[in-house]
Amino acid sequence: MAVRAARELADGDVVFVGIGLPNLACNLARATHAPNLVLIYESGAVGAVPERLPVSIGDPALVTDSLAVASMADIFQFYLQGRRIDVGFLGGAQVDRYANINSTVIGSYAQPKVRLPGSGGACEIAVHASRVIVVAPLSARSFPASVDFYTSPGQAGKYGTRTQLKLPGGGPTRIVTDVGILAPAKHDGELELVAAYPGVQIAEIKTKVGWPLRVSAELEPIEPPTAEELTLLRDVLDPQHLYL
Amino acid sequence: MRDAVSRFVHDGDTVVIEGFTHLICFAAAHEIIRQQRRDLTLARLTPDLIYDQLIAAGCAKKLIFSWAGNPGVGSLHGMRRAVEQSDPQPLALEEYSHFGLVARLSAGAAKLPFWPLRDYRGSDLPAVNSAIRTIDCPYTGEELATVPALNPDVTIVHAQRADSAGNTQIWGLYGVQKEAAFAASRVIVVVEEIVPESVIRADPNRTIIPGFIVDAVVCEPWGAHPSYAQGYYDRDNDFYVAWDTVSRDAKGLEAWLNEWVYGVGSRAEYFDKLGEDVTARLSAKPRMSEGVNYGF
Repeated sequence: MAVRAARELADGDVVFVGIGLPNLACNLARATHAPNLVLIYESGAVGAVPERLPVSIGDPALVTDSLAVASMADIFQFYLQGRRIDVGFLGGAQVDRYANINSTVIGSYAQPKVRLPGSGGACEIAVHASRVIVVAPLSARSFPASVDFYTSPGQAGKYGTRTQLKLPGGGPTRIVTDVGILAPAKHDGELELVAAYPGVQIAEIKTKVGWPLRVSAELEPIEPPTAEELTLLRDVLDPQHLYL
Repeated sequence: MRDAVSRFVHDGDTVVIEGFTHLICFAAAHEIIRQQRRDLTLARLTPDLIYDQLIAAGCAKKLIFSWAGNPGVGSLHGMRRAVEQSDPQPLALEEYSHFGLVARLSAGAAKLPFWPLRDYRGSDLPAVNSAIRTIDCPYTGEELATVPALNPDVTIVHAQRADSAGNTQIWGLYGVQKEAAFAASRVIVVVEEIVPESVIRADPNRTIIPGFIVDAVVCEPWGAHPSYAQGYYDRDNDFYVAWDTVSRDAKGLEAWLNEWVYGVGSRAEYFDKLGEDVTARLSAKPRMSEGVNYGF
């Protein structure tokens, strides 16, 4: 997933980085095909070049040798709401048919079965970033037809489509999973399968979402991870295997 | 610290102890616990372990937040026990996103009644928090979200250094410390070092909080541990991981409070108790910045 997510990034992209796998993916992209990636963390680090894998989103290694340190008011008002962010990364406990994301509660808000951490910066990233990459392993439990709580808006839902809501950013455009990639269809925003990883059966993927999954007419080819990518990930970027 | 908390933090206050991962003033929280403040409304973007401890110690009746977890580790068990089982007492929640809570403090600092932001369309957050509302822009007609000003009774900011008048300098991540300080009625600054005024004046661009809005200055080395202070000591990530086990049941958390908070009289005692192994492991390596010419 880290390699796939890294390949979603273009050189020069300005990326709002989350902790965990997205962080690994961004640093892998920077070490391979995208040396001019600008990493921005919601904690305020801009143009971060972390010497060690940050354990938290506010790690001191994000500051050392960065291009700038901004206040969080600047980060959210000028960088994110100001539409300076090309790519945001999000995860969540649930992602639904239209890519709405839930990181707030499982069950009802008043009487939750599981209380999750909440939005953090997720809602505004989903509103403003030009495109959003979601990284999450695929399972029927995590990909229901509809999320229990709309933390971050997807492509469409009970409040309407992104166009109707006049949302400035592109919202979730790629869902990178452990078995393939989903992306919203242009005409209705419903997630469909656009790529399956080598050796994974489409029938198996279909059992891992909570709605009848459409398969794109032309599946994208997927190159397996290269030896260089794997060495970088395992030996250089995450030698202690914090996220791998 | 004892005097500052005793004079400026009262039962029933709305308290903000900010710091995003960096400069979280655990020393102040522990003193608040020792002085057994009650019925506090605690506000912070990320409640973190610091509010988990205050909540478990019975200091809080309400939490205003935007992301509640132990970063990279899991849940805040103390907070969850209060919410789910009213243990040790019920805890009301008021929930925003980060941008929303930052905007509340911005409004508070600017003494405006609310702050507009382009956010929350397509999200359930306004449906569960009636304080998140909308306004039609008088210039464009666009419907914008609004959040009300947050004006804490007291804000506590940890920083690397200040002079004795409270002119406070921070480098590294400075989160919403500036907004939180300007929004508050009373401000306590806690620093790693008190420096002469001339040190502050030699680098004025680094001053985040002016002394004239500060009510108390406390020198408390290692006062942010297990959080960190850039250039002084690293985050104690092992502690954050260990907290998951410590706090998983109420008894374990209480035993920890007894040993590390009630069982020590001050931060200096806490520091001695941490021991040289921990402090040597976390001490920062030098990476000096070059000075600039402020001449004219």
